[in-house]
Amino acid sequence: MVDIQDRAASAAPAAGDDVLLRVEHLTKSFVAKSSVFGKPLSYVSAVDDVSFTIRRGEVFGLVGESGCGKTTVGRMIAGLIAPTSGTITFDGRDITALSPRERRALSRDIQLVFQDPYASLDPRMTVSEIISEPIVAHGLLPADQIPGRVAELLELVGLSPSMATRYPHEFSGGQRQRIGIARALAPKPKLIICDEAVSALDVSVQAQVLNLLQDLKERLGFAYLFIAHGLNVVKHVSDRVGVMYLGKLMEISEGNDLYRYPLCPYTQALLSAIPSVDPTVRRKRIILEGDVPSPIDPAPGCRFASRCYAKVGACEVVFPELRPIGADGGHEVACHRYDGLDSVERARELAEELQTGMARAPYGRGAGETNAIPATAAPQEDPAA
Amino acid sequence: MVMAQALGIGARHRAPGRLGMMGRQIWDALRDDKPALVGLAFIILLVAIAVVTAIWPGVLPYDPYEQDLAQSFQPPSPAHWFGTDQQGRDILCRILVGTQISLSVAAVVVVVSLAAGVLLGAIAGFKGGAVDTVIMRVMDMMLAIPSMLLAIALMAALGTGIDKAVIAISIVAIPQYARIVRGQVLSVKEREYISAARVAGDTDATIIFKHVLPNVMPSIIVRATLGVSSAILDTASLGFLGLGVQPPAAEWGDMLGSGRNFIFTAPYSLVFPGLAITVTVLAFNLLGDAIRDAFDPKSRKR
Repeated sequence: MVDIQDRAASAAPAAGDDVLLRVEHLTKSFVAKSSVFGKPLSYVSAVDDVSFTIRRGEVFGLVGESGCGKTTVGRMIAGLIAPTSGTITFDGRDITALSPRERRALSRDIQLVFQDPYASLDPRMTVSEIISEPIVAHGLLPADQIPGRVAELLELVGLSPSMATRYPHEFSGGQRQRIGIARALAPKPKLIICDEAVSALDVSVQAQVLNLLQDLKERLGFAYLFIAHGLNVVKHVSDRVGVMYLGKLMEISEGNDLYRYPLCPYTQALLSAIPSVDPTVRRKRIILEGDVPSPIDPAPGCRFASRCYAKVGACEVVFPELRPIGADGGHEVACHRYDGLDSVERARELAEELQTGMARAPYGRGAGETNAIPATAAPQEDPAA
Repeated sequence: MVMAQALGIGARHRAPGRLGMMGRQIWDALRDDKPALVGLAFIILLVAIAVVTAIWPGVLPYDPYEQDLAQSFQPPSPAHWFGTDQQGRDILCRILVGTQISLSVAAVVVVVSLAAGVLLGAIAGFKGGAVDTVIMRVMDMMLAIPSMLLAIALMAALGTGIDKAVIAISIVAIPQYARIVRGQVLSVKEREYISAARVAGDTDATIIFKHVLPNVMPSIIVRATLGVSSAILDTASLGFLGLGVQPPAAEWGDMLGSGRNFIFTAPYSLVFPGLAITVTVLAFNLLGDAIRDAFDPKSRKR
């Protein structure tokens, strides 16, 4: 535990140039329904006010269930979707609204590994053409050096250079994903976004690809945004993990912290769904009731409130701000239960109580109220103080 | 399948590998398709006739252009298999020479209208928005007017002559290609590998030419094959109306047109040119259908 805290302290946000990617208040809403004249009537809020940073050489995991907006976040950073509002700063430069030309130039530094290895490779191109595409697009190497570089990349991802002249349909899913990774590595990017890069693969191949990604990161030293829908996949590779639910970022934490001391009830539920291989660890299985609410015109308040087993009055009124717990700021959570709590130890205790179903005492703001209280209400007495 | 793979592996360059794969796919489907094989054989025969008569006119027993009024309207006989027309010219020879015009006009029309239609359709589908609306509304306007009427109107503006006919028929055929290509592009551009190309840093033009069009190719090939037959029909129609080639050039539609006054007295003067048109169009349609089947995984046998 000391070890964890040391890491948390050392990794705390410090020098500005240490930050490779800074996402601030990123929001994307899609029009769900429009009138006959094309006037939008309702919106799907896919990503809502999401902020996080990725440091150089860091692996940031982003997890959440299907439809929570994590892929949209990745695609906005990769420039495939324009954000509705918010800013994305990459390498100290605002890249939110670049011209198509500038955006193209930036694709040298930000690469994306796609979810579906079957759909993301052009069926009419050879492996060599696919992998060399970013190199050719940016004119990074003269034509006579490209075959050598392709062979090098193929070896790097564990494929034989002799496969360069084959077509994608001749490969298995895991091999195809390696081709996709080789393509992403080709321009030597600073950030690679892995959008569910292993979820289409079966478990043994998942492990291979995860190990490959880890290995490549250590050897080549770029940063990852690792998007996945299961915490167990992210656990392998991530330095820090963000948990998303219905377009909102619920919790950000150092990897190990999140697994040992999940604060947000949603994270707790997610973690309890991972089967444990350690018989000494007995975690209560939290079974959520109800379905994920519709993201179309979401109600105010916490997005998770309708399914939360630990909600308090304020949860249905105003969305809790994502705020750091404790001095080092390594663990951030958006939950009214932790309002006014500043001690890491106290927060962990409370989290433990929430998970074991014993937390019934009102700790959070508005806990004692039967009806919702105004958003501006002052926090009630702080039990930790 | 194994052959296709071998072909793909062996390919050194991009184009032969890709086209080889496609050609293999077509041939595999054609092999078991008797009508399509007959169509293909007939088309090859027509091309051979056109080339031979163009290079070496002496192969024909009669001069297809020399008038001999004493021989006017001879019924089919061992000397004149298909009979002679009003000017006493051998109809068989004129039909054989007519393949030159029909096939070359059809080829030029398909190439021109295909190039224009594919470009317009690809831009409309890929860009979307206002560009799409402007291009496709113009195409819709052209489609709203019956194509023959539009071609005649264009001929009225341009004047008669085979070169003008080529222009008119090409313009009339553009909307069909544009529509098909646009539809295909709309579906292809949503594929993940297009996003991947964007992330790789490709420009729009690169994406269209390297990713979208190669994947739209199969439906273009099918439409082009069928387009040949409609171009032949259109050429014949304009010739029939006296707007296409000018006499004395031998053209099937023109022969049909000049023979129509003698339908009861000399039916052979328009039956044989008519048959030539029908059989040629049929051959291209059979081949086009087979190629469509070859590219459609749902209709593939086995």
